[in-house]
Amino acid sequence: MAVPVDLRYTKDHEWAKMEGDLVRIGITDYAVSELNDVTLVELPSVGTDVQANERFGEVESVKTVSELFAPVSGEVVEVNDELEESPEKVNETPYGEGWLVVIKPSDPAEFEALMDARNYEDYLSKIE
Amino acid sequence: MTETLRESPLHLEHKALGGRLVPFAGYAMPVRYEGVVQEHTAVRERVGIFDVSHMGELLLSGPKAVEVVDSLITNSLAPLKPGRALYTVCCNEQGTILDDLIVYRLPEDRVLVICNASNRAKIVGHFRKHAEGHCEFEDISDDHALIAVQGPEAAKLLHSLGAERSATIKSFRVKKDRLLDRKVKIARTGYTGEDGFEILCSNECAPPIWRALVEGGATPCGLGARDTLRLEARLSLYGNEITEETNPYEAGLGWVVKLDKGDFVGRDALQKIKAEGTTRKLIGFEMKARGIARHGHAILIGDDVVGEVTSGSPAPTVGKNIGLGYVPKESASVGTEIIIDIRGKKVPAEIIKTPFYKRKGTK
Repeated sequence: MAVPVDLRYTKDHEWAKMEGDLVRIGITDYAVSELNDVTLVELPSVGTDVQANERFGEVESVKTVSELFAPVSGEVVEVNDELEESPEKVNETPYGEGWLVVIKPSDPAEFEALMDARNYEDYLSKIE
Repeated sequence: MTETLRESPLHLEHKALGGRLVPFAGYAMPVRYEGVVQEHTAVRERVGIFDVSHMGELLLSGPKAVEVVDSLITNSLAPLKPGRALYTVCCNEQGTILDDLIVYRLPEDRVLVICNASNRAKIVGHFRKHAEGHCEFEDISDDHALIAVQGPEAAKLLHSLGAERSATIKSFRVKKDRLLDRKVKIARTGYTGEDGFEILCSNECAPPIWRALVEGGATPCGLGARDTLRLEARLSLYGNEITEETNPYEAGLGWVVKLDKGDFVGRDALQKIKAEGTTRKLIGFEMKARGIARHGHAILIGDDVVGEVTSGSPAPTVGKNIGLGYVPKESASVGTEIIIDIRGKKVPAEIIKTPFYKRKGTK
């Protein structure tokens, strides 16, 4: 299960990456393996305000629906529109082309409070 | 929460193969191994195997066994020669469905009935009660495993493992055979819309047979793929399309009701339902915009809720998001535009012809 060291993580298996003053968000390899075959991704539109730990969209696999929770609060400034046509990108490269949204965070402290890779790996080992 | 789940005789095989086990009808059963879509495709293009040992197997025997079974099912068993099988439903006095079954007429006045795992207690009780004083009844489920081998390469695979007699039997036939030199019964039946077989064997024979099938190239498949495969083929699932609140006519199963075969449980009610006509009909639909319908979602026409989705899923072979559901009979024609309420979002869909998938060479 890949857990890149340069990312931060939530207990709901989203990842967050600081890029300058923006935060890119996706779901982790673990989330993808749990969901299995993501077939539909529902994302907010650019300009939407999202709240940390609150629902901002959903991913649907062949068998289940799963809600997405925002790792940080802020405004959605970019959305991965390609997932509408090609949701399988989430399965293939969840840390790459399968990213979901980019958020302009309103409170940088929220990002710092997220789990780092080591803590997330510990967390995964406990829930497995 | 500690729920004690029963284990299939193939439990260790599933664990060894990395199967994701989930609770299903009181059993821990694999929902998938590698992935639902991959397993689905393996069955459509090559061959896949499913552990369906959780299903119930009932054996009735004696000169009156056929008569007893015929008094409980809607289809007609008496005209079948030994070695043949049929699909049927079993109704209550109200003419609604207790379960759907495959019934095998075996030699020597024996009848084998396969029922759904979720209905096993109910069906065992029902059949036992009616068999009493007329024929022998035995619930053989706990001593037997059932493995489905499905897909265009199924016959070739069984042949290669020594089941030469049964690999050539026709659809809905059953034969005693030997597989890896073990005694089995093999039927040409299934629940995927593909050619395929189901192997009934004793618990201890199941693991070596399963392993040989895997080594022979079969893809292990879980309940997830079983569901998407049956949905594409428009095969009903008990608890979804058919329940104790549905009758066979509205479910599109009128063809398994033989009102003129003699008396059976539910016959009077079914005769009345048929004469009066049903008010709703099971239809198939495809989503016309992004969204996946799921069991329980409301079906609307305009602003009015007219029915409910019974099953819905992405269909890997068809390449669409599809579903089944009940709508009023007058709104059930192909081409009708409907709306599915997907968690508050209204998504357009259209009633289309079913089955969604038909294998090549079938009528």
